[in-house]
Amino acid sequence: MAELTMVEAINLALREEMERDERVCLLGEDVGVDGGIFRVTKDLIEDFGEERVIDTPLAESGILGFSIGMAMRGLRPVPEMQFSGFSYLGLHQIESHASRMRWRTQGGLQVPMVVRMPYGAGVRALEHHSESREVFYAHMPGLKMVVPSGPRNARALLRAAIRDPDPVIFFEPKASYRAFREEVPDDDELAEIGKAVTVQKGDDLTLVAYGAMMPRAREAVETLAEDDITVDLIDLLTLSPLDWPTVTASVRRTGRCVVVHEAPLSYGPGAEIAARVMEDAFLRLKAPVARVAGPDVHVPYFAREQTYLPDCDRILKACRAVIDY
Amino acid sequence: MADFIAFATPAFQPQLRCFHLNGPAVAGSLIRPWVWRDYRKERNSLHVKSVLSEKEGKLPRKTLAFECDLEYLSILDEMGEADADMVPEIPDELLIRGFRTMLSARRFDERRLKLQRSGGIGTFAPVKGQEAAQVGTIAALGQEDWFVPSYRETAAHFWRGTEPADMLIYDAGYNEGGSLAENGRTLPLAVPVGTQMLQAAGLVYAARQLGEEEIAMTYFGDGATSQGDFHEAMNFASVFDCPVVFVCQNNQYAISVPLSRQTRSETLAQKAVAYGVHGIQVDGNDIFACYVAAREAVERARSEHRPTLIECVTYRMEMHTTADDPTRYRDDEEVERWRERDPIERFATWLKARDLLTDDAIDEMEDEISDKFDEAWKTAQSRMEELEKTAPIFAHMYAEETPELTRQRERMEAGDGPGWWDNG
Repeated sequence: MAELTMVEAINLALREEMERDERVCLLGEDVGVDGGIFRVTKDLIEDFGEERVIDTPLAESGILGFSIGMAMRGLRPVPEMQFSGFSYLGLHQIESHASRMRWRTQGGLQVPMVVRMPYGAGVRALEHHSESREVFYAHMPGLKMVVPSGPRNARALLRAAIRDPDPVIFFEPKASYRAFREEVPDDDELAEIGKAVTVQKGDDLTLVAYGAMMPRAREAVETLAEDDITVDLIDLLTLSPLDWPTVTASVRRTGRCVVVHEAPLSYGPGAEIAARVMEDAFLRLKAPVARVAGPDVHVPYFAREQTYLPDCDRILKACRAVIDY
Repeated sequence: MADFIAFATPAFQPQLRCFHLNGPAVAGSLIRPWVWRDYRKERNSLHVKSVLSEKEGKLPRKTLAFECDLEYLSILDEMGEADADMVPEIPDELLIRGFRTMLSARRFDERRLKLQRSGGIGTFAPVKGQEAAQVGTIAALGQEDWFVPSYRETAAHFWRGTEPADMLIYDAGYNEGGSLAENGRTLPLAVPVGTQMLQAAGLVYAARQLGEEEIAMTYFGDGATSQGDFHEAMNFASVFDCPVVFVCQNNQYAISVPLSRQTRSETLAQKAVAYGVHGIQVDGNDIFACYVAAREAVERARSEHRPTLIECVTYRMEMHTTADDPTRYRDDEEVERWRERDPIERFATWLKARDLLTDDAIDEMEDEISDKFDEAWKTAQSRMEELEKTAPIFAHMYAEETPELTRQRERMEAGDGPGWWDNG
């Protein structure tokens, strides 16, 4: 049992999977000698060699298209996009090929790759380094879309993603990379992709969040507890396929639902969750579903990025409005 | 400065690969016929050289000597006469197989055009005019190697053994037509232009990692050379020593846009030079030139693990697809000029002059091809009758159907839409 940051936990998961399975390869910009600009792949090139930890030319589409070829031939590539904001240069490889190859070939070829990328605001970075575009990927049929929230589940989910036979987009909340440590068990912990976790049980409200919003959601839940309001706090962990039974069963019980995400409001995960709650728990609802999200603007340069991000106060305000409805 | 220039020129490249034998220690070991060079040493040496050069004060302005040879190859001319010294040694039966494949592809176009016009199948992309560029190149590829097509490679598909019935089922709009042949190293059609070449590089990189010597031959057109992915693929293949043969069928048009609007490069083959890739331009309507260039490229791929770009200068004699009207952007005279350069006719002339083929034999071949396509359409129709009874639109989305897809499928099977409410 070790206390690890998320960066260390992801590094551990990569190391464990590379030791377990020779087919696992890492590739991307600066992932080798440099160990990744966030040091997520630190020291792996020394231990696994540069044919398995591959510093590539600077070309996102190249990295993804090359990875798709590797995956079709039987490797388990784990390409890194240095920031999710640069992944659009290769978006067509994911949409046009990775997500479709199994379907296109009637099961003849598969693309078991995990595209890792840091996402989200809060680290005082430059333009294009802060956005939260998980919906781009969650909207694409044929992909799985995973967003861990802490060191322990990041390790367990990444290990599962690498073993998954389908392409997985793995969004890493960079604001949480080194924000806190967590005990990561020594055993072979594997998470199940497609399963949300109820991290705290409560009766008055269902609060749904994921990724970098989880620490803020927890903070809100603790504050509400001081007023004897108990909350079912759900960490989605997988956005596609989303664990609807866990979400809707909770809302059917509490009758109230607040969704938190840093992605822009419109067409965001909150919209989808609100629609599903209406389909599956309409008659149990005691209040409309509330969304706490980023506004429909680009993430401002870092001096004002905290204005963009949902914070504990905004979450609390929404929760209280739903309780008092 | 002299060292720096030398470093950048192709002549120096063999020395770039002097670290082959000392790869870093690897945890676990696959059998690899080929060992990685340590690129970190190279990077450092390049850095040192450029700094020293600046200190020597020989900058800032000087002509960089740049060695670059670009071959052009043509063996069989428009009259069907060949330079006897240059004709490759090919067994007679293989020559006939090549001719039959080219003829089949052309007749298949004609057959499909009728089917498309009568509603039997949907849109497809005719190959007419490009048969030599495809058959000449694909014939140099081993069956254990990878064929990575775009969407117009009917002749190459026939050479590889793709069944016409499967192609018709695909053309008729059934996903099942895209099933791969068992152990087939033929990738499915790639419709977004230029996106498949990177995958070819990744495939053979992976094969090497798994201890297999496989090469890939990937096809695309002149339009694709304007795509970033083409350049990224050439660059990746070169940087990672991937044995890929890039076959550019320069058929002069990307739908309506002529080559002059794609590029100001004098050739497409020269685009290889910037990536340290061997480039060659060939007469794409000359099956021998295409074959010789491809055979050399395959040899280079197998023995040196190096990629090659072959530009086959050819012409798309038909429309882009059946949804296109080429009279909007080119005149009949131009098409007529290229008809005189027809790849099938010149090959037939050469074969007949050597008594390898007769008019009677061609007639017989035509009958066989016609019967084969009759049979293929019958097979396709009967399979489609069965397929029409099913609507497996949820199949093969994931290795295992997700709970969400199961729910959507069951709702649709019950006559609802995929999104509906349960009793709240």
